[in-house]
Amino acid sequence: MPKSLFDKVWERHVVALETRERPATVFIDLHLIHEVTTPQAFTVLRERGLKVRRPDLTLATIDHSTPTLVNKDGSRPYVSAQAEKQVEMLLANTAEHGITTHGWDSPYRGIVHVMGPELGATWPGKTIVCGDSHTATHGAFGALAFGIGTTQVGHVLANQCILMRKPKSMCIWVDGELADGVSAKDVILAIIAKVGVGGGTGHVIEYRGQCFEDMDMSARMTVCNMSIEAGARAGMIAPDATTVAYFEGKVMAPADFDKAAADWLSLASDAGCTYDKEVRLDAADIKPMVTYGTHPGMAMPIDGLVPEDNAYMDMQAGTAIAGTKVDTVFIGSCTNSRIEDFRVAAKILEGKSVADSVTAVFVPGSEQVKIQAEAEGLHETFLAAGAQWREPGCSMCIGMNGDIGKPGDLIVSTSNRNFEGRQGPGVRTVLASPATAAASAVTGVITDAQTLLRSI
Amino acid sequence: MSFPPFKTLTSETLVLRMENIDTDQVIPARFLTMTSREGLGKLAFNDWRYDENGKENDHPLNSDTAKAAQILVAGHNFGCGSSREHAPWALMDYGFRAVISSEIADIFHANALKNGFLPIVIEKSAHEWLLDHPGEDVTIDLEACEVRLPKNGGTYPFKIDPFSRLCLLQGQDELDYLLGQDDAITEYEAAQ
Ligand code: SF4
Repeated sequence: MPKSLFDKVWERHVVALETRERPATVFIDLHLIHEVTTPQAFTVLRERGLKVRRPDLTLATIDHSTPTLVNKDGSRPYVSAQAEKQVEMLLANTAEHGITTHGWDSPYRGIVHVMGPELGATWPGKTIVCGDSHTATHGAFGALAFGIGTTQVGHVLANQCILMRKPKSMCIWVDGELADGVSAKDVILAIIAKVGVGGGTGHVIEYRGQCFEDMDMSARMTVCNMSIEAGARAGMIAPDATTVAYFEGKVMAPADFDKAAADWLSLASDAGCTYDKEVRLDAADIKPMVTYGTHPGMAMPIDGLVPEDNAYMDMQAGTAIAGTKVDTVFIGSCTNSRIEDFRVAAKILEGKSVADSVTAVFVPGSEQVKIQAEAEGLHETFLAAGAQWREPGCSMCIGMNGDIGKPGDLIVSTSNRNFEGRQGPGVRTVLASPATAAASAVTGVITDAQTLLRSI
Repeated sequence: MSFPPFKTLTSETLVLRMENIDTDQVIPARFLTMTSREGLGKLAFNDWRYDENGKENDHPLNSDTAKAAQILVAGHNFGCGSSREHAPWALMDYGFRAVISSEIADIFHANALKNGFLPIVIEKSAHEWLLDHPGEDVTIDLEACEVRLPKNGGTYPFKIDPFSRLCLLQGQDELDYLLGQDDAITEYEAAQ
């Protein structure tokens, strides 16, 4: 029977088959951990007298509760003693259990989903878990990657396995080419708007079609990253030449690379494989997208009229969303904080300034992104324009480190969630691409980058 | 980390009608710096329940009935958003042992079961009735896999993974089960 990419990766990792009475036991090739979803898991290990089974398959970083500013004296302004304690607990736990950790002194520290691929730790065909729902990001490489809760973090630490029933499969086809100025972020927002925030529930999505084949790895990561916002545990894209080429120079790339690459390419879905659910979109129909409401499915084309009232967002049905006043612009998060995203932003900000009324906060996804951006001089463009260029971390995506907006503020954000209060109590989040975010920073109102570029 | 066995539960309900209640509402992200599970109940739905000075407001969650309710009835697609397990921890620490909705998000669903908190997806008509009758007594019978609504006379089946059901009935957790598979895991590792 023809198999899908998901079928193939799943089958390789089944330790004990699923039956009616019990879920499958699935082996995990890479366990990414960070400070937020691990302390209680390590506590359980300690309580039960267990060790970490495979520290060699576990990789840690600190990203969520970490400050993105540095004090003059080099110390770090943690938002609370609790946040600092959480970071220190991660460092202590990983040291105790012999887990490689990219902490403050590592040039690879970063948002866990930016760091994994950059290190070359994320391989096609691997099973990857992390106590974080945006783990699906790694699916861009053809890995089966999904978020787990803290209890399961404990399971994986202790047994390197999780118990899981095989999810259903869903294929999202996007054929054709994107118009100029339409990015991966717009594609995934258009997909979520179409299928709904529960449309992928219980499914693993495979993204197929020319639209994804044309994308670079960074763009594919942006797409897979937000699979969870359509309800899906994981999103995957078949490995191809673009995937293989990404591993050039990556420190954790496989030793026998040619052999690995040949194997990766064999993972692509077989012709004629079937899915439990299929959805089709035409790339040519997709426009730059923004959200107007309080979940990612409430997305709309930037040149459109708000389709319904939203009290929390203070949006009125029938009004143009473009032109809405913006207080803050955030470019960052595991969705859009890679070098490619900052190149797009720099192109738009080159020779321009951030509007006086806007605070622009740019947070690279990792030390590597920061190093590369600075080597290319992008930070100079940002600083000259009046934007802030900070230390890597999750920052305003989740605001756990204190990087939040003021009540009532409208933030155009390249992150992935616009839930009420996500970026601070009462803060209104508009999700958008890096291009839209940068253009809106310049004008001070929600702006399509193409319109801005044409008007100059 | 086993939990008390769950067989049958009869309780009044607390109703939160809103659809798509995400885990950021259940427990706002800024509380995720907590390094233990205790004390999360008073932070559950924090941003709905307290005024600027941290005083309880008149939200139904602050009523005495709510605090006595062990069953939460929530609008469609409950628990979407972040995979934080702090969400079921907070709900349990608040005093709930089950949530009933017409749809419950995947990860929340899985996280809840792992902690002995029962997520129940029930047919639409019963869900609507529950939404319209806050505070009514409901019986959840996990052995029979049904929800009984004495006031409307109805009995409604629900589905639960047989393995999770067994774990809940016995008050055992999955870690013990996985530790029991050590040989199979070792064999798998050796074959890699
Ligand atoms: S950037 Fe945001 S979504 Fe990504 S890992 Fe950090 S908090 Fe989670």
